[in-house]
Amino acid sequence: MAVPARLEFFVDHSRCIGCQSCVQACSECDTHKGDSMIHLEYVNRAHSVQTVPIICMHCEEPTCAEVCPADAIKRTGDGVVQSARKPRCIACGNCVMACPFGVPELYVDRAIMMKCDMCYDRTSVGKRPMCATVCPSQALFFGTREQLAALRPQSKATNQFRFGEQLITTRVNVLVPRVRTNELVDVTAAMEDESKPRGPRLPIVSDAADPFADVEV
Amino acid sequence: MATIPVDELDIIHAYGPHRSANVRGTTSDDPEKLVKTHCCFCGQQCGIQLKVKHNEVIGFEPWEEFPFNRGMLCPKGVKRYLQGSHPDRLTTALARDPSSASGFRSMPYERAIAHAAERIGAIQKQHGNAAVAVLGGASLTTEKTYLLGKFARVCLKTPFIDYNGRLCMVSAGAANKKAFGIDRTTNPWSDMVGTEVIWVAGSNVAECSPITTNYIWQARELGAKVIIQDPRITPIARTCDLYLPIRPGRDAALFAGVLNILVAKGWIDREFIDAHTSGFDAVAAYCKEWSLERTSDVTGVPRRAIEQAAELWGKAKSSFLFHARGIEHHSNGVQNALGTINLVLATGRIGKPKSGYGTIVGQANGQGGREHGQKCDQLPGLRDISNPEHRKYIASVWGISADEIPGPGVDAYELFRKIDAGEIKALICCCFNPKVSLPDNQFVARALDKLELFVAIDFFLSDTARHADLVLPGSLQEEDEGVVAQVEGRVIKIAKAVDCPGEARQDWRIVQDLARALGRERGFTFADPRAIFEELRVASKGGIADYSGITYEKIEKQFGVFWPCYANDPKTGAPTPEHPGTPRLFEPGSYNPVAKGAGLFYFPDGKARFNVAEYRPAVDDVSTEYPIFLTTGRVVSQFLSGTQTRRIGPLVDQYPEPRLELHPRLAEKLGIADGDWATCETRRGAITVRAQVVTTIRPDTVFIPYHWGGEKSVNRVTVAAQDPISKIPQYKVCGCRVRKADGAPAYAAKLEPQQ
Repeated sequence: MAVPARLEFFVDHSRCIGCQSCVQACSECDTHKGDSMIHLEYVNRAHSVQTVPIICMHCEEPTCAEVCPADAIKRTGDGVVQSARKPRCIACGNCVMACPFGVPELYVDRAIMMKCDMCYDRTSVGKRPMCATVCPSQALFFGTREQLAALRPQSKATNQFRFGEQLITTRVNVLVPRVRTNELVDVTAAMEDESKPRGPRLPIVSDAADPFADVEV
Repeated sequence: MATIPVDELDIIHAYGPHRSANVRGTTSDDPEKLVKTHCCFCGQQCGIQLKVKHNEVIGFEPWEEFPFNRGMLCPKGVKRYLQGSHPDRLTTALARDPSSASGFRSMPYERAIAHAAERIGAIQKQHGNAAVAVLGGASLTTEKTYLLGKFARVCLKTPFIDYNGRLCMVSAGAANKKAFGIDRTTNPWSDMVGTEVIWVAGSNVAECSPITTNYIWQARELGAKVIIQDPRITPIARTCDLYLPIRPGRDAALFAGVLNILVAKGWIDREFIDAHTSGFDAVAAYCKEWSLERTSDVTGVPRRAIEQAAELWGKAKSSFLFHARGIEHHSNGVQNALGTINLVLATGRIGKPKSGYGTIVGQANGQGGREHGQKCDQLPGLRDISNPEHRKYIASVWGISADEIPGPGVDAYELFRKIDAGEIKALICCCFNPKVSLPDNQFVARALDKLELFVAIDFFLSDTARHADLVLPGSLQEEDEGVVAQVEGRVIKIAKAVDCPGEARQDWRIVQDLARALGRERGFTFADPRAIFEELRVASKGGIADYSGITYEKIEKQFGVFWPCYANDPKTGAPTPEHPGTPRLFEPGSYNPVAKGAGLFYFPDGKARFNVAEYRPAVDDVSTEYPIFLTTGRVVSQFLSGTQTRRIGPLVDQYPEPRLELHPRLAEKLGIADGDWATCETRRGAITVRAQVVTTIRPDTVFIPYHWGGEKSVNRVTVAAQDPISKIPQYKVCGCRVRKADGAPAYAAKLEPQQ
């Protein structure tokens, strides 16, 4: 049993509506005891309703596995980085510190790290992951490249990310606007961009940064 | 006697809302069966499979074959299974008992029925048949709504029946009937994908109808421009192409201003207007009063944004317009809805594969619940209770004479005014929680106190049912079968997954048991929902909402049937057992039984009606005394008055208690910081909740969601103003003032978040 190579995960953060359907559905799975493996956060609720769902990106060279002193994290031949193996995991938390995407979490009460395994029990038998199945905005999409091309003509998939000096290639793709020219997402550079405060930018009229600028209180 | 029997805290202690017990099985634990059915909550009616074991729903599995949602679910759908096997579930009848610590004592079901019938009979004998009223709900299956309407008119012989769709769909319904002669969304949602422009007027799609989000995003992916009109930057507004930050209560003015530009620029379809509509000139003349300057001044939408909206809409070749409670929950709600329809008709973009118009329904059966007779002025098939021909036909189905059918009753709010005035002495309420959901609900509570008899049919003891003399234990959605009509007008089938626990009964059985105990059982001896549906098919035949060609089997085979679906061809009368239903209305060349070939729309001349959609200022608008707009709405994890969702732990955790959203500029002026307790006062009273300071709302407006009861209920302070035509309450705007609270409210120390 393996996840077929033609089936891929595509995340379009711009579609996310923050409804937490993915989180609630993920918590149904018994392989991680009713906890959700998805992190869904507001970027900055004071200024935007933008939310970002984070699932495991399933790196080609998973940092979590590289830093694991107990060799508890395995990447299977189909490219899925599995959650920690119970007999091996020593709950040291190295993976939690090292993962550039902030995915693994330590469950101290159970002395184990758990993370998203792309619903291996479902995907390895040909089903879609639960989160991508229920996602009402399809910010989380699981399917083939052909389906993606038909459904998302304005988007393109990228699976390369730069974190400072580290370049990461992942099995999970992120959708970016097709017009974008750079081939990789420079995450750390983007974080520096974000540090500048800015209000909501909506296309109400092109020169109005704040749609409520004229509203008197 | 329908006052609260003991301290409300003691009732809450006994009957909740408590959080769900965790009945989750292990996912490795195979269910005995997977039941293909639909979610119990909103009007999207997503397909879902329920996992059942030992007569309990233990989880869910997506139903990916159902074409509307293809497996997609919102968090409410994912966790909906936790409402079953709940510690608060009513499994016996209850009788009011002030001597009991909980305020109620269990009563054998048959005794409760006999007691209820005896009291109803006595009150009717003393005060007349019309002293008894019935309230229903739009989450009930269509079979139940049909039976309730028949029960009120035939068994109780009272005109007083109405339903909680009065809070939901009536403005849209009235506007649809005035403009099109038929009350239904015009196209299946799949038609949206491939259109050029989508205008969403007053709908927080992402939170109130989450599955629709994917349709809109998919349309945009294929090139559609998305216009969102809302006082708040909701998740669907965040990435739209054009945001119209409208001041609450000014929607009709915006539509008039936009139509004025369309006319001036020639962005209208003269050919369509001439061939298929009437009344355009009067509308154009009215809109002339709405110059760009005036429109902008009234609506608060910048001039260039209005111009851009007109240009996007005017130049498009195909389009969809959707609206929801945001423009309908107004004392001007019908006019607002008519304003949108005028934009659609003026451009002739309706009745085509990529062009349509729709109202996003709120409740599970928000569409079907208004079609078959629990609305005070309607009879089955969207028939008019004041029309002699319609009365005659329904009387023939019911086996009575037409003059035995009472005349029109009154809307749900007026019904409470009649209770308050002492005209109505007894109330039977099923699937409605007016003490939370009606505006100015402290009035509603006082009216409930005055009832001589209040019989509640419910599965949990709702905030309203705490006033009941008798509570009859009804059924959860998964404990019964029947049909509902979802947002597209698609009639779908709810399947039974488990049996009712204890002495709880399917609601239609309870209604029939009451009829039998009253000694008026003729017409109330249906053996099952299918038998009710078969009579409903006959009753709807020849009406606008014609279900005569729909069968349970056809619904299952086709994944739903769009009404009208005819058993006999409306033109020739020939039997049409294979009639597939009508996914798209008003198509070129289409025939309908009202126009009889004269045209596409459901009027004798076949023409759609333009209606002058006049702007009128809101009742209790902002003033120097109450200078801030208060608007209300939903959050994604809660549903309506929360009777179900406030009992589902993971949904409670997602958004535990109501918060007051306000803009940082307003917060600064008021000296309120994020997380502070803030008090919002209107002419009705005050509510104190925590503040959430966000830039995603107009700085002159505050928002509070409405799903909670008691002192957390925003409807304590909303205004009971109603639309003169639809009687929908004006939930979406009233003047308020806001201040930092003097410390935490008393409830904070006593109640759990959901209580």
